[in-house]
Amino acid sequence: MLDTAGIETVFREESARAIASLVRRFGDIDLAEEAVQEAFMEAVRRWPADGPPPSPAGWIITTARNRAVDRLRRESLRTQRHLEAMTLEDDMAHQTHEIEDDRLRLIFTCCHPALATAAQVALTLRLIGGLTTPEIARAFLTPESTMAQRLVRAKRKIKAANIPYRVPAAAELSDRLKPVLAVGYLVFNEGFVATTGEQLTRDDLAVEGIRLARLLFDLMPDEPEVMGLLALMLLTHSRRAARVDSEGRLVRLADQDRRLWDRGLIEEGHELVRRCLRRNLPGPYQIQAAISAVHTDAEDAADTDWAQVLALYRQLRAFDPSPVIALNQAVALAEVAGPQSGLSQVESLDLEGYHLYHAIRADFLARLGREDEAIEAYERAIALTSNQAELNHLNAMLEIIRARPPHPTSRVSGDAPSSGNAGPIEGRRRR
Amino acid sequence: MSQYLLSVYYDETVPDPSPDQMAQMYLDVETLNEKIRTAGAWVFGGGLHTPDTSTVVRQSDGEIVITDGPLPEAKEQIGGFWIIDALDLDAALAWAKQATVACMGPVEVRPFQEEPQG
Repeated sequence: MLDTAGIETVFREESARAIASLVRRFGDIDLAEEAVQEAFMEAVRRWPADGPPPSPAGWIITTARNRAVDRLRRESLRTQRHLEAMTLEDDMAHQTHEIEDDRLRLIFTCCHPALATAAQVALTLRLIGGLTTPEIARAFLTPESTMAQRLVRAKRKIKAANIPYRVPAAAELSDRLKPVLAVGYLVFNEGFVATTGEQLTRDDLAVEGIRLARLLFDLMPDEPEVMGLLALMLLTHSRRAARVDSEGRLVRLADQDRRLWDRGLIEEGHELVRRCLRRNLPGPYQIQAAISAVHTDAEDAADTDWAQVLALYRQLRAFDPSPVIALNQAVALAEVAGPQSGLSQVESLDLEGYHLYHAIRADFLARLGREDEAIEAYERAIALTSNQAELNHLNAMLEIIRARPPHPTSRVSGDAPSSGNAGPIEGRRRR
Repeated sequence: MSQYLLSVYYDETVPDPSPDQMAQMYLDVETLNEKIRTAGAWVFGGGLHTPDTSTVVRQSDGEIVITDGPLPEAKEQIGGFWIIDALDLDAALAWAKQATVACMGPVEVRPFQEEPQG
């Protein structure tokens, strides 16, 4: 027996298949969404009494398709295209493979480069993730009306500009895959480090990102970057329980209680990284996953193979020359060659507006015994941070430095590797 | 099949390309025009005189008023355009990619409201 909440769960799981199948058939996202919604209403009426059908997925698609045809008849929208679609004899609903292809088509539509990133994210969460507009709005701390408007505009553009429902040809696949991967990563990362708010992690978005990545991996098992993206998410997510302490402070990688890490996710992530390495077609997500694998492979912070991390960052920078990567690389460099080397690298970067730039610089300065400059850098980092858990951490670091006796003569040697007490502060990648 | 307007923009504040570059541009655009025609995508296209040659006509309080153009006081102005038939946006974008290279300026792709008749 299924109650309404249970039926909602089934629909959430199955709606992407149904919507994708109907979009392909009728070429109209709004019609597909409305028809699936009507099928849901019918399920709420019938399933509790009759029991769920043997194949809920098939039932949803068939019912939604009938509703769509009814609606077209009712509204007399019998344009040639719709009539053709209706008279097509098809048994798509029973061919799982076809339906998988439909979802993949719809993903590439949602993440079409002609749509703005914010619209790509909203459409993907709505049509592929099965989230409601209020849920998406809440997740991104956006007013519901703004999110609704964004979705309406995006769907109108798809229709007006005739953005196709098509898996790109092999020649353009790697280019077209980039925004798809970026949307998945953005959803995950927004959940991982919420831009603003009390809690550091918004688990539901991170989980949604992983769900998307798993779907992409199911649909494109041969794309190494898809594999890399999933591995990166799993390995990052494995550390979530250790990232915030009982007082709501962010805990740096080096200080985390590794017993809290999720071994199951780590094993799954490591296996995917090994598969990537065997494929030997490296890309930015795979390399970031490999960096994460080195960290999760270490018994403790001191055991971390920093030389390996540094080498991977060098490789990553060849794909992505963004200063944020250089900033993260500097953290590894400081572990291998000392805080002075790390500091020299970050000081050439143009990241004045990025809080982690100041936080990492502050850490190097503190390790070099340059307390006054470290305090100033922490203060700048704090002024640029809106996440409460990160703020708590930075304020705590600032207090530690302020409590240090001011003995400029007691500077530590600039080029000695530290005891490893400063791991990278995990943060959002920004481009 | 949809119809798209491909508008080529140029920045008025940037100095004109050299005569050699101009000659190359005309050549490249003519080659592209030929490709569009051969593919059966051609509806119309052409280059425009500079915006200071334009005239704006509008109705104001029931009167028709004619003024010196251009209408938008933007530094980016339309230098020319194509109207093409294309299967979908991807097909239109494929032409636009070639157009931006040939014209050495950004190309805006906009769909027409109505599907072409027939």
